Order: sequence, then C-alpha cells, then structure tokens
Amino acid sequence: MAAIIQVRNLFKSYWRNSLEIPVLQNISIDVEEGEFMALMGPSGSGKTTLLNLIAGIDRPSKGEIVVAGTDIGKLGESALAKWRSSNVGFVFQFYNLIPVLTAFENVELPLLLTKLSKKERRKHVETALGIVGLGDRMTHSPKQLSGGQEQRVAIARAIVTDPAILVADEPTGDLDKNSAEEILTLMDRLNKEFKKTILMVTHDPNAAEKARVIRHLEKGDLV
Amino acid sequence: MKVLKLIFKNSLRHKLRTALTILGIAIAVLAFGILRTVVTSWDEAVKASSPNRLITRQSVSFIFPLPYAYKDKIANVEGVKSVTFAAWFQGVYKDKNQFFARMAVDHETFMETYDEMIVPKIQIEAFKRERSACIIGNELAKMYGLKLGDVMTLEGDIYPGRWDFVIRGIYTSKFKYFDPTQMFFRWDYIDERLKEETPERAGWVGWYIIRINDPDKTAVVSYNIDILFKNSPAETKTESERAFTENFMVSIKALFTAMNFMSFAIVGIIMLVLGNTMIMSARERTREYAVFKTLGFSTFHMVGLIMGESLLISILGGGVGLAITFPMIAGFEQVIPKNYFPSFELQSITVMLSIIAALLVGIVSAVFPIQRVIGTKIVEGFRFVG
Repeated sequence: MAAIIQVRNLFKSYWRNSLEIPVLQNISIDVEEGEFMALMGPSGSGKTTLLNLIAGIDRPSKGEIVVAGTDIGKLGESALAKWRSSNVGFVFQFYNLIPVLTAFENVELPLLLTKLSKKERRKHVETALGIVGLGDRMTHSPKQLSGGQEQRVAIARAIVTDPAILVADEPTGDLDKNSAEEILTLMDRLNKEFKKTILMVTHDPNAAEKARVIRHLEKGDLV
Repeated sequence: MKVLKLIFKNSLRHKLRTALTILGIAIAVLAFGILRTVVTSWDEAVKASSPNRLITRQSVSFIFPLPYAYKDKIANVEGVKSVTFAAWFQGVYKDKNQFFARMAVDHETFMETYDEMIVPKIQIEAFKRERSACIIGNELAKMYGLKLGDVMTLEGDIYPGRWDFVIRGIYTSKFKYFDPTQMFFRWDYIDERLKEETPERAGWVGWYIIRINDPDKTAVVSYNIDILFKNSPAETKTESERAFTENFMVSIKALFTAMNFMSFAIVGIIMLVLGNTMIMSARERTREYAVFKTLGFSTFHMVGLIMGESLLISILGGGVGLAITFPMIAGFEQVIPKNYFPSFELQSITVMLSIIAALLVGIVSAVFPIQRVIGTKIVEGFRFVG
C-alpha cells in the first residue's frame, strides 16, 4: 500500500524567551493508507507535537510533511485551514465540543464550510451520528451527555466530512474503562469498515493494542 | 444551524453579563441622546437668531445702559433699515424662583423688528394705545392662566416699586425656537415714572436692535455705528444678534461644551465596558476558537463570529437605549420650562449619531478580542487554561 503520510527529516523546536527547546529531532516516518497507528511515549516525548504537525495545526521548524499528496508545509494559513477541513478529522482528549450547540449542531459545524444544502447536511450529520450510535441524542447539548457520549459526538464531527485521515490525541484519556473500550471499538470499526487511516497518540498500552502499528517516541526521537 | 444562531447562542452564554452590558449600553445611549438634545436645542436656539439684526450695546458691558438719544443717530447710518430698543427690567412676578424675560421695549417699533412673534393687529394697536399695556407669550399665559385684560403686577428690583401691566396682547412664536414665555411692556411707561422718581436714571435704554438691509454688510454697518460713539461716555459695541446671543450666554456655553464632551466621553466609556466583556468572552473561549480553527474556520470566520456577537450586543443595547430616549425626551419637553428650551426635541442627527455610536462601540470593542484570537496559534489555544 502507498504511504498516505510521509514525514521526512522533521525538526520542531519551541522557544521560551530566548531559549530553544527541541521537541522533535530528525523524524522520518511513513503511514500507509488505511493504517491504524498508535504513537506512544512518555510525557514530553513529542508525540502530540508530531500529531499536530501531521494534522496541519502546527508548523515544523524544518523538514517535509506530505499528506495525501500535499506538501502541507508549503500551504498558506487559509489554504491549510481549507485542507484540514476536507482531509483530516480530529478527536481530542477533552472532546472539545461547543457547549452552546446540540450534538447535531456540533457535528454539523465542519459542514458549514462546505457547499452542501441544509438537507444534505442533515443527511450527513444523521449518518455520522448513526455510525457512532447516537442517532437518538441529536438534540442533546454536551452537558446532557456522558463523557463517552461526548467523545462519540466528537468522533461523529471528525468523520462527518468523510476525511481520509483521523487524528486522535489521547481519545480515551478522560474516560472510564468501559467508555474507553467503546471508543476504541468504534475507532477500530472506522479503520476496518470505513478504511480510515488513523493516527492515535496514547500512553495507554490497552488503547495502543487496538492499533495495527505502534511507534514509540522518546525525547523527540522515534525508537 | 446557521452562523447567526451560533452568534446568538454565544451572546446568551452568560445571560446576566450580557443583560448588564446591554443595559449599560442602553443607559449610555440614553444619556448620549439627552445630552446631545440639550446641546442641539441650545445650538438651534442660537442659530434661530435673525441674520439681518444687529445688537448695539455698551462696549464695557451689557449691563450698562445707552442713551436714548443714540436711536436717531443709529437710524441715520447707511445700511440701517430700522432701529428699536429694549431694556432688561427683571423684577418679580408672584414667585421670585419663577424666571421669564421681562423687558421694556419701544412700543412703536419693537414688534415690527421681531416678526417671529405673531400678534393680532388689533392687539398691537391696543398695546400702542395704552401706556401700561403689555404683550406676553402664549406659553407664559398658559403657565399662569392669564388672558387678555388681566393685570400682571411686577415687584421691581432694578426699577424699584410696584408696576401694574394690563395684558393687551398674547403672541405665538412663528418658529419653535423662539421663546414663547417673554413679557414686553412699554419703555416710555417706565421712563416717565423714572423721570418723576429718579430723574438721573431716565432717558437710558438697555440695548439697540437694528435691522439692516443686507446681512453681508454686518461688519461695515457695525463699524460705522460704533465709530459714531467713539470717545463718548457710552461707547458702543455692535455685533450680529447671533454673536450677541452667544456672548450673552458665554458662561452657559462652557457648560454646553462640557456636555458635548461628556456625551462623547460616555461613548468611550461604554466602548471600554463592551470591550472588556468581549475580551473576557474571547479569553473564556480560547479553546473553542482553537477548535473552530482546527475544523477549518478561517480568520474571516473568526472575525465574523466575534464581531457579530459584539455588534449584536451593541445593537440591542443601542436599540433599547433609543427606544427609551424617545419617550424620555418627550417627557422632558413637557417638564422643562419653555424659556430655557423653547423646543426640546430629539433631532434626527442625534438619532443618527446614537446609531453610529452603538455600531462604533460594537466594532471597536471587537478589535482586541479579534486580535487576540487571530494571534493565538491553534496549539497555544488548546494548551490554554482559563
């Protein structure tokens, strides 16, 4: 299979005052299309930073990131935003749903940037919420949902535009064991049934077991 | 789900904070509207001065009189169409706290010079026939329940003694900014009594009012009048009626200037209040804005969301403020004595300024939050702990 994500000689540093803090050092990695990869490592190893760079929400200090044929380092801010909206779905540790919107409205958010009609948007949202098993919770606001349900709404939001890649940063980190298992099963289904390429950051070995490939990061290096 | 709905839901997230901010804006717009109405009403009253009338007064001060003998000399100056005069009588009518203008005037010429007053011809003739006659404004008549034939008794202070005047005329104002609460009586009636009681005070008038043929020649005619009395014991200063009114009200003018400044300062204050609300909202939603950006919402969308919310609050506040301002001003007009503000109306320019101020408040208040949201990188947004 072809690599949908190609990372070459990637460096990333942060600056604190005048002090340069290297986070990633000369990372090269390929992720094949349809792969479910877990990135593991201790806190501060740079796994979230690598995920953010691949997802196009942060910029590398040096190196090349080609995702689905696009060298995202060469895109301007607005082009990168547009690219993200159609190519990447995001799942966060703390769900990050908009509290004033219902489950339906949260899932509909990314579709507002498309040219779909209201009717088409509704169909897409209902499908996405149906996949995550929350078709009966569409009018609920986030505070009326459990943590697991919130994360499932977040996953529905991530897949509603049918992106090729899903990135998940500690998706089970804030959930109890049962809810975490449900989420991981759902992600496994998205990978196997819907052929989504999934890149998941986790420090939980149980979560990582669901992935087909596990890569470890330590002090900014892939080991 | 529309973006407008999101803006609306966002603005209602902290209902009490939003309600208080809207109330604050509403009160500011109300204060702005009232202060501007005071200023514009005064301005209009000054602007209502006739362009073809000049005032000649004592050069040292308005309070010093001028000789009656100046009248004919002024009348002979080139460009002068007619001359009349008046003297400030003051005195007390019933209650010394009640103020309205009481003036002794030249009965032959005064009414013709002030054609802003509409008085039936028969009443003017009656005024000219009877020495103790007076003409009063219709609002003054209404205030005291006076009618033709009634006697108004003034207790004199500048001109001591008891003075009885018979109402022979009631005028209405042709223009809304002409004071409808004045009282005019005959100067010769006063002067005659002065000749008997204090002869040294007789033969003096307060100021001359001159009608000119051409308002463009105000400066030349004024100069020619003043030069006539140069080096005399009572030198004169002639100026347009508008300049005279402005100078006469110079101390009040400072107050109005302060009011004018205050009205705009209020807009500045409320800008800070809404700005603070918007900054707090943007700060609380730092992570949410990071989510929006992550999902692909552009800078343009972020500006729309924040500016939209700010404008929604300011427009609601402005709308409520204006809705209160109309009945408030109407109420004030009923209460404020007509001699202070013959007309106290909310002018369209004030309404326009209020709307512009509300919009400006909305736009400017959104600038800092927008700057903050745009300037915050997505990853920084996710790391933010409020």
